[in-house]
Order: sequence, then C-alpha cells, then structure tokens
Amino acid sequence: MSINTEPDKLKPTDYASDQEVRWCPGCGDYAILNAVKKTLADKQAKKENTVFVSGIGCSSRLPYYMATYGFHTIHGRAPAFATGIKITNPKLDVWVITGDGDSLSIGGNHFIHLFRKNLNCQVLLFNNEIYGLTKGQASPASRIGTISPSTPSGSLEAPISACELALSSGATFVARGVDTAIKKLVPTLSKAQEHVGTSLVEIYQNCIVYNDDVFKSFTDKSVASEKQIHLEHGQPMLFGENNKKGLAINKDYSSLEIIDLEQNEKEISRVLVHDYKNKTIANLLTQMDQKSMPVALGVIYCVEKPTLDNYYTEKLNQHNNEISNIMEKGQTWTI
Amino acid sequence: MDGNSSEIRSNNIDDNWSTTVRFAGDSGDGMQLTGGRLTFEAAISGMGLATFPDYPAEIRAPAGTTFGVSSFQVRFGEGLIASSGDHADILVAMNPAALKVNIKEVLPGGLLILDSSSFNERGIKKAGYEENPLENNSLAGMQIISADISNLTIEAVKEFGLGNKDGMRCRNMWTLGLILWLFTKETNETINWLQNKFGKDNILAKANMAALNAGHSYAENTEISSDIIRKIVPKIKPAKGKWRAITGAESLAFGLATGAIKSKLNMTLCSYPITPASPIMHYLANYELKGIGIYQAEDEIAACCSAIGVSYAGGLGVTSSSGPGISLKTEAIGLAISVELPLIIINSQRAGPSTGLPTRAEQSDLMQAVHGRHGEAPLVVLAPKSPSHCFHIAQKAIHIAIKYMTPVMILSDAYLTNASEPWLIPDISGIKENPVSFGEYNENYMPFERNPNTLARKWVKPGTKGMEHRIGGLEKDSISGNISYDPENHQEMTNLRAEKIRNIQNEFEKIEIIGPDKGDLLVIGWGSTNGPISEAQELLSNKGYAISHTQISCLWPISHNLKNIASKFKEVLVVEMNDGQLFNLLKVETMPNAKSLTQVSGKPFRVSYLLDKFKEIIELRN
Repeated sequence: MSINTEPDKLKPTDYASDQEVRWCPGCGDYAILNAVKKTLADKQAKKENTVFVSGIGCSSRLPYYMATYGFHTIHGRAPAFATGIKITNPKLDVWVITGDGDSLSIGGNHFIHLFRKNLNCQVLLFNNEIYGLTKGQASPASRIGTISPSTPSGSLEAPISACELALSSGATFVARGVDTAIKKLVPTLSKAQEHVGTSLVEIYQNCIVYNDDVFKSFTDKSVASEKQIHLEHGQPMLFGENNKKGLAINKDYSSLEIIDLEQNEKEISRVLVHDYKNKTIANLLTQMDQKSMPVALGVIYCVEKPTLDNYYTEKLNQHNNEISNIMEKGQTWTI
Repeated sequence: MDGNSSEIRSNNIDDNWSTTVRFAGDSGDGMQLTGGRLTFEAAISGMGLATFPDYPAEIRAPAGTTFGVSSFQVRFGEGLIASSGDHADILVAMNPAALKVNIKEVLPGGLLILDSSSFNERGIKKAGYEENPLENNSLAGMQIISADISNLTIEAVKEFGLGNKDGMRCRNMWTLGLILWLFTKETNETINWLQNKFGKDNILAKANMAALNAGHSYAENTEISSDIIRKIVPKIKPAKGKWRAITGAESLAFGLATGAIKSKLNMTLCSYPITPASPIMHYLANYELKGIGIYQAEDEIAACCSAIGVSYAGGLGVTSSSGPGISLKTEAIGLAISVELPLIIINSQRAGPSTGLPTRAEQSDLMQAVHGRHGEAPLVVLAPKSPSHCFHIAQKAIHIAIKYMTPVMILSDAYLTNASEPWLIPDISGIKENPVSFGEYNENYMPFERNPNTLARKWVKPGTKGMEHRIGGLEKDSISGNISYDPENHQEMTNLRAEKIRNIQNEFEKIEIIGPDKGDLLVIGWGSTNGPISEAQELLSNKGYAISHTQISCLWPISHNLKNIASKFKEVLVVEMNDGQLFNLLKVETMPNAKSLTQVSGKPFRVSYLLDKFKEIIELRN
C-alpha cells in the first residue's frame, strides 16, 4: 500500500500483509493472529514502528502475515534478536512470537535471560504442548505420558511451566490467555503492550492436528466457568457459575484453596483480592494444579523495574569521548 | 614439519642489532607490567619493537609451580622488527619454576637474571627440579646475575613501612632498575610514570621508586659490569608524530570504532566472555565513545543474534569470540547471510580442537571461516597481519559489510590480540567519511532488489514509514523477498549470494608483494605469521636470494590476481599455523603446484626456522 493511500484509522485488516496464511485449517494460531491485529488496531499502532520477531515453529510464521516490520529468525533465539533491535532503537514496539518448543527447550537460556534483563518487549508464547512443525513430537510443555512419534509409549519427563519459570527468572509481567477467547485475550495483549518491561503472555493454543483438545478440560464451554479464573487487579478472585466460588489462602499448606460461597457465604471475607504486584500470590496462581483447581488467566503479575533498553541507551547517551582523545590516552611519545 | 626442531642461534642474524628480553615469574610477580615498561623505554628511544606476552590459561595457579608461570617477551633494535624474537638474549626469572619453563627459550651464552633467595629447597622442589640448577652445572655457558632480589628489595622499601609481603611486590621494579642500567637507561621516565600512576606522595610510588633505584645502583656498584656487555641503545628516527604502543585487540577496537564513526552508525559489540577475545570487549566498554557500546550477552549464540538484531535495526552489529564461540554462532551467521545484513564477526583464533590451548595462537579456523556453515553460505574473510594492521582491516571490514550487505569475518589470533608494536597515532579527521544511506520511502520498494554493481540489497531499517517488510531465514523470492520454494528461484538466489561475495575481490585487487615480482620463491602467508616471514624474507633478500613475500589480507574471496602473481615464481610456499588450510584453498582455487609449510604448536614461527626452510627450497630448485 502506498504511503499516501493509507487510511486515517487503521482497521485490524490493515495490519495484515498480502501473504496467504499457511497454518492448518482450525489451528488456534488464526485466532491469536486476529487478536494481535485487533490489539494493534485498538491502539492505532504505527505499522512502521512495530516489529514482530520470531524463532522457528508454526507460531513463528506469524511475522510474515503482518503488514508491519517482521524478522523470522532461528530456532529459540528470537529474544536475542529482539535485544539487539531494542538497544539500537528503543522506540520500536517489539513483539517476540514463540512456541513452547522454541522458548522452553532450544531457546530456554534466552527465555530466562530476557526476563532477568527486562527488555521492553512483549513475548507471546503459543503453547500447544507439542512440536507441530516437525510433526508432533512431545515438547518440554507436554504432560507426562504424552504419546507422540518420539515417545510411542508415553513421555517420561515432567512439563515446564512457562509462567513459573518466567517469575523465577525475574519477569515483571506474566499473563495467560486462551487462543479462542479473543475477547479476553485482546485486553491482556493490550496490557502486555502497555507494560514497560518484558511482558510474557502464555497463550494456550490448540494444535488441531497433533495435540487436539489437550486443553479441553478447562477450555470447553461446558466447564470454562468452573475451570477458569479471570484475574482483574483489585477485584476479588471469584469464578464459577454466578461467581459462587473464590480463591483463598490455605494457611495449613501455604497454597490456594477453593471456597464454595454457595455453601458458606460468610467465607467471602477470606477470598483474595487480586494484587498483581504480589509475587507470592502470583507464584501460587501459576502453580495451581489443573485437575483440582481453576486455570489462572489474565494478568497474573505486573511490576515496574528498570529495562535493559532504557539502561543501555541512557548509558550510551552519556558516552561522550572522542576517539582521537582515547587513542592518545595513556603512554605516548612524540618524535 | 616442526618449527621447534631448528637449531638455536643468535637473534642477530644480520647486521642490524636487536635484543630480546624475556621476563618470567608467577602471575602476581608483575612481569607483564615490567615488560611493558621496558617496551616503553625502548619505544621512546625510537627503536623498532615487538612484544609477546605468554601466559597460561590458569588465572592464579599455585605460586612457584611451573604451570603458573607467565612471561612477557620484548624484542627491540634497529631495522625491521616484525617478530618478537626467536630466543631471548636475556631472561629474568623470578623463581626456579620460571627458569625451568623458560630456559629453553634462551640463547646459548644468554644472560640469566635470577632471584637467588627463591632458589631454596622449597622453591626448587616446587618447580620440579631434582637439585638446585644453580649448583649442578646445568646452566654452564650462560651468564648469570644471581642476586638476592627479595631481600635487597625488602631492605630498600623498609623505610616506607611496607611489610615483607608488600615489599616483595616491588621486586619487579628492582629488576627493571637493573635492566635499565644494562641498556644505559636512566630511571627518570619510569619514576615519572610511577608518580603519575600512584600520586607523587603515595607510599607505593615511593617504595617502587626506591626499589627501582636500588636495582639500578646495584648494577652500577657491583662487579657484574665486568661480565656483562652493556648494550648501547641505538637512536634511529621513525616517522614524526605522536606514537604509542598498540596491541591487536586495541587496534581492532579502534578500527571498529573509527569505521562506525565514519559510517555515521551507532555500533554495539555483542559478545560473551572467552579467552583470548575478551580484551576487545573490555577496551570498547572502557572507551565510552560516542555512539559506541557493548552488550554482554547470555551466551555466544545470543551475542551473535543480538548483533544481527543491532544491524537489522540500523546500527552496526559486531560480535567477537574465539573458535569454540564461533562454532556456536555458526547458525546465526548463516541467517545473516540469508537475510543479507551487515555483520562483523571477529575470531581471535586459539589452538584447538575443542578447548585446546586457550591462550595460544593458531590459524586453524580458516576452513571454518570460509566453509563452516550449512548450505551454500559464502561470506568475506579478512585477516590482519600485525597489531597496527588490525586498525585498517577493521575499517575495511565495516566498509565491505555495509557496501555489500554481508557478514564479514575477521580472523585474528591469540598472538595478534596480545602482541604489541609502536603505532603512529593516525589523524582521524583525515579518514574519509562514508555515511550509510538507508532506504527511504519508495512506492515500488522490493526488499531483495539489488544494486546492479554491488548486488547489495537496500538497507531499510524498521521505523521507516511505508517500507514495512518481512525478512527471514526461509528462501525468499529474488526480488519481492516473499517466501519462495521455487527451484529456479533457489538456484538464482544461491548464484546471486555467491556472485556478490566473489565480486568483493575487486576491493583487494592490489596485492602487495615484498621483493621482486618474479624469482625463485614466493612465500604466501596470512595473519600473524607476517612478522617472522617478512624478517626471513628480508634477510635472504639482502643476501641475494630471489625471494618475495605476500601476506594475504583477503582470504575469501581469493583474488584471481594471486594466480598471476604466483605464476612468475619457480616455487610457491604457503606458510601457516595450521595443517595446511590456506594451502588447500589455494590448491583448489588457484595454484596446484604450491608447497606447504606448517606448524601447529601454539607458538609463532621462529625466523631462523623459516630462513632454513626458504633457503632449502630455493637451493634445491637451483
């Protein structure tokens, strides 16, 4: 599109490139792509200042489908590329697009250091608990017992929890969403974009071919209200039909427990009010067992800390030495 | 062929006078510093010089053991001083272990300066000597100054209230005082330096000055002068201007910075600590130059990827490492080739394979540099030949990387990184500016459309309105840059990438030859072997041999001219510190009849060894 014909107000479709999307029909990635475009349109994000950086995998093809700047890099390393981009031009709005294999296995080191360094960017982790593009092997996020081409008798290894890992690595923003729940995902992405620092959004994404319905136990419409808790900063942690359930601290076990308000209305005083600055609670929320507890969605944790790109550019702005002076520093002699 | 088998002989292989002094001791003995001071004293006298620090991979190995010995060698004199000396004329050994490790580096009849108090039972045993080498005639033929340096130093600094431990730290200055006297130098320059370093009234400045003067007067007042010839320092006149000593690492740092500044680019060196490459990162971090920063990444891969990110965003990305780290960066370098972005990769080569000898030099990563990536992935490989040449090569690398939108690898090595030589500080304002022109808005922009002359695509950085586009490691259409699996397009892109790099030989059309352009023997070298090769060539040439030498700066692409040049010589010999890697490249590409001379010992070639081999080849032929 010519620079002169660009509309005044950008619609989600204006953020789409002319490239045909090549994901499998029914893939959760489509919904996430739409959520991303909607988020950008809501913000009227400048296309020229937006950069999508990805690694390798199905999700990492996303940059090709955006009409912004995009860099499809190598397996697991997108955070490192993003770092170089942001320290060179901190004004760019950088989105790292990654999957569970890309960021939690081959790129694990960059993933944890990104949070430690707190680069101001968004990380959208498309978690489908499987390697899709290489045809279905178990991933580091797969549950124990996952049957796959590389684990025909079931996988042995316990899965990594991306959000727990991020929190322990010093992440300043941790959130979760579900691919198909665009209405909830868009505001979460929006908050991630607004956060100054590394924002992790783990998105449960259904792989229709190799791991279909793996999240059904909490995403299925019939159970969603009972098995999901949508966190809002400053609001009580209520869920279930008519918000008749709440989360409270189990003092004996230092964990979270479910309070059934229908049976015991007075217990409402024990229900936690979500404070996304509280790291202890954030840890407990990310550690909840999916079988017995609801899955925490929305912004789980959010604090402000200095960012790497800001630190780097401020430091660089203080550099004022001229090379000719530096060359003559120290011991010299004149002939 | 083994470079160490050659007979030891005098460094003064021709009429030009030179001398080589080697300082050796424990890491904490201050030998690098003492060597550095003598280097400076020689430099201000206007002498040519070359230095070579030699240190173990261990940081502070137990004191007095052979594996904790570090040394510093400096050679100075008149005439061409391009190598740091085959053997030492003078060895300063602060303990028995230092003597044991370095004695084989000393010329027969050379001078040993030893601290006698360290040659006690404990010290001798720690060094692994069966008996005291000062008493069993094993040093016969050597001149020896064996002084109780420890106690003489402690005595000299006592008045400043320094205890034995701090007092012992001044031993190196005592020794320097003695050495300065041997070369008829006064102590005033070093005293000025000490006062500047510590402050005039500082107790350490005073103690070190006292130790320095004590060593100087010891030499003057004792009868050692009758045994030792006091060498006279010659005065020759190098070019006028302001000089300093420079190591390869400093020179690369200066060259990179200059190249970035002249291109009007911000530069970030993205690196991960590794021996022996880290000094480049340290220097740039400490210079705090406008627009130039460093980023220490979490690993080698991240260092390379972030450097590519820097270039993508419109800065100059540089990554620096040594062999093991370069191996890790390989996949990312392939991406930089595929997306055609500028990138500078510096490999300070060390002896391999694997961890190898981390502090020793080798040139064994040439094949890795040229061919070490999956897919057809050509890039440019440059090699500086001396510490000062690093300054030019770094700028040239940046010029090429930007002009042709390509990664450029610079092959340095552990020797070049640490070795130093005098350097006439250049006038930076006289270096031409060459600002990058980034792609601006163009309605018909195609990300992989190329400049017909250079075949470079346009550098368009994010933030440029209306030019939004996507790049990546998947094969792309040769014009639009969109993903393309088309077989013909892949063939075309492969050809284009190769042709672009091949054309870069035009940048290196002029190949410098030392000596006549035809004759009996052409010696081809690259990198840090320049020192010993050029000295050997000069010596033979002075004796009437028809020998010439060329040190190749651009190792890939290989210039077609090289073939023409070589064809005018009866013999061509490729000299390198590996198993024949350039030899093999040239054999395939350019000169089927070349011979190979190699050494893989972690040490530089000795001039005397090269001299023998060159002579042998010429004489056999005639």
